This record gives sequence, C-alpha cells and structure tokens, in this order.
Amino acid sequence: MRALVVDDSKAMRVILSQILRDLHFEVLDACDGLDAVKKLEGQGPIELALVDWNMPNMKGIDFVRHVREQNLRPEMRIVMVTTETEMDYVQQALTAGADEYVMKPFTKDVILEKLGLIGIQVR
Amino acid sequence: MPISSPDFSFIQTLVRERSAIVLEPGKEYLAESRLAPVARSAGLGGIGELVARLRQEPRGQLTEKVIEAMTTNETSFFRDVHPFEALRTNLLPELMKARGKERTLNVWCAASSSGQEPYTIAMIMRESIPALVEWRLRFIATDISQEMLRRSRDGIYSQLEVNRGLPAKYLVKYFEKRGTDWQIKADLRSMIEFKELNLIQGWPAMPPLDIVFIRNVLIYFDLPTKRTILGRIRQAMHPGGYLFLGGAETTLSIDENFKREQAGPSWCYRL
Ligand SMILES: C[S@@+](CC[C@H](N)C(=O)[O-])C[C@H]1O[C@@H](n2cnc3c(N)ncnc32)[C@H](O)[C@@H]1O
Repeated sequence: MRALVVDDSKAMRVILSQILRDLHFEVLDACDGLDAVKKLEGQGPIELALVDWNMPNMKGIDFVRHVREQNLRPEMRIVMVTTETEMDYVQQALTAGADEYVMKPFTKDVILEKLGLIGIQVR
Repeated sequence: MPISSPDFSFIQTLVRERSAIVLEPGKEYLAESRLAPVARSAGLGGIGELVARLRQEPRGQLTEKVIEAMTTNETSFFRDVHPFEALRTNLLPELMKARGKERTLNVWCAASSSGQEPYTIAMIMRESIPALVEWRLRFIATDISQEMLRRSRDGIYSQLEVNRGLPAKYLVKYFEKRGTDWQIKADLRSMIEFKELNLIQGWPAMPPLDIVFIRNVLIYFDLPTKRTILGRIRQAMHPGGYLFLGGAETTLSIDENFKREQAGPSWCYRL
C-alpha cells in the first residue's frame, strides 16, 4: 500500500513516514498542499494521505477540498493531522471530505486506531 | 523503596478479598509504583508505613484508595472496534425485530472504567435505532471505583482520550468542547445510569439483560471467581441476550452453558 504524508515540518514528516513504513506502507511526502497536488500526478493508487492543516502555498484543508471536488483520488482515505483542535475545524475537515481527524500531539497507537476506523487493515 | 515480602502478601490478600484481582508473585514492582503515590498523598513515609496503617484500619478510606490504585483502568472509545461493529450491523437490527413489540431494551456494561465503553455503545445505539426515544431503554454501567464513576458521569475527556479510536464524526455530533477538554453532550450522558458495583459482592436487581459487556476485567480474576460471575450473568440475561467479553477472555471451559457465536466481525456468547 502507498501513502502520502503532507506536512511543512520536516520533523513531522519523518515521524509520520516512519510510523507508516513500520506498517509496510510505501511513503511519498510533500511539504505543502501544492507540492502534494504535484506528487499525486502520474502516480498509481495511493490508499492513504495524512495531511497537516497549516502550511504555506496551499493549506491542508484546501488540498482536501481540491482532491475531493476534482474527484482526483476516490480511493484515497484522507486523515487530517493537525494542531487545530476546535470543533469548527473538525467539522470543516469532514465537510471538505476528510475521512478522519487526528489532533497533535498524538501517539503511534492513535494513528493505528484511526486507520482501523477507516477500514485500513494494518499489522 | 522495595516492598517487603510480608507487606506484599498483605497487599495481595487485601486486593484479592476486596476486588478479586489476583496479584501474581513478581508483581511487586507494580505494587511499589502504584502504592508509593498513595502513601505520599496520605502523608506517610513509604509503603511500609502505608501497610502498617492499613493493618490498623482495614475498613478505612485508605483501603479504597489502595484498591483503586491497584486496578488497571486502561480503556478507550471503540476499543477493538469489532464488538461495536457487530452491534451496529447485526445485534441491534436483530434485537429491534425481536423486541419490536414491547420496545424494551436492557443493557449492562460492567467494569466500565472511565466511561468510554458505555458511551461508545450509547453512540452506536443512537446511530442504529432511529426511534430510540420510543423505546424503554435501561442502560446501566458499573464499576468498583468511585473515582471512575465520577469521571464517567462528568463525561469529560482529554484531547488524547478523544484522539484514541473515536470517529471524528461522533466527536462532532456527541461532544462539546470544554477548554482543552471535550464533554459528552447532556442527552447522551442522561441515557446511562452509572452505579457502583463490585462484581464479587451483591448485585442490585437488574431487568433481563439483552446486551452485556464485561470486557477486560475477568482476566484479572482466578478461575472460580470467573465461573461464579459468568453464572450470575447467565441468570441475569434475557434468554435471547448477547454477552461480550474482552479479546483475551472466553467462557470456553469455564461455563459451558454459553455458546460462542460469530456476530458480524466479532465473537459473542449466547445462552
Ligand atoms: C481494564 S478496565 C476495563 C474497562 C473496559 N471494560 C474496557 O474493556 O475497556 C478494568 C476495570 O475493572 C474494574 N474492576 C476491577 N475489579 C473489579 C470488581 N471486583 N468489580 C467491579 N469492577 C472491577 C476496574 O475499576 C477497572 O475500571
């Protein structure tokens, strides 16, 4: 399975990528929404995207809207992974078409449990 | 400071008599790490002094604190996912048919810890039974720990707790933000009666139970205790009811009156 990690923090990309590699994902990464859109072009199926909210160029929420409105990746489950913890943000993300929402800070188990909820079998 | 061997065996006996929890030899480290804070907050010099006090006043508040400290309260929303999936896809639709006439439903969640498990069941019921308000629902959740019951009634969870296993759409629908925490909305809280119940003491009268969750608690008890509790559950269950145990627990070779059945993606036990 393949996954895309989108975060402007290199440290966060490293952490999330490592968690996913331990689960035998092949991981692509991108440093903002625009970069992520580019990374999607010409790629085969990508089952999962973990997406930060606040990033330069294109925010995570705008990336989610873009992907869902253009129906770019119907197969791709999208999980927002963000420091935004207000109810309104969670609601916005779901409305935009995100499948799940993780609030930073998180643990590896949080990611595992969320993947289970969206039907991605791990381990 | 390491716990002395007579002190450890005193704690073993106390915990076993009061809660049935078996502390195996080799769990001294557990007693040390969990009782040191209890001693400190009671203003005692260490575990030795704590045990001396407990010997003097075995019925006091301190004993309750020790029992609470020695129990494991680990839980989460949607723990193991599958039992709740089974409720949604199989059991609730079946029960709605079977009890459609009288429209009563009785649920018991035993050893409910800080409440995530009963609230998960309550959310699933809200989602699956459209006319739930027209049903006479009794939903009882119990635990031995007053502290856990207080937390459950408040229904307030930290960010880390709601991060764990809770679908975001349910967070939005059933919670309110309280500062940095999240609180279950009042109407969901009011669905559940939280009560103190020690599984090895008398149980209050309960209506015939359609659904029983007793997960990740029998695992701490010895075989005769498990057998007694399963027997009492059997008596309390509606003949068509469903029992759910934890992932590492079973009725097999403990109580042969239960039959293990596949329920959607999960296992449950029936009479
Ligand atoms: C590991 S938690 C299980 C929570 C939940 N059922 C789950 O599976 O996530 C175990 C709970 O059992 C409770 N407990 C331990 N001994 C008990 C007893 N004798 N009677 C009732 N509850 C007990 C503890 O207080 C604790 O909250």
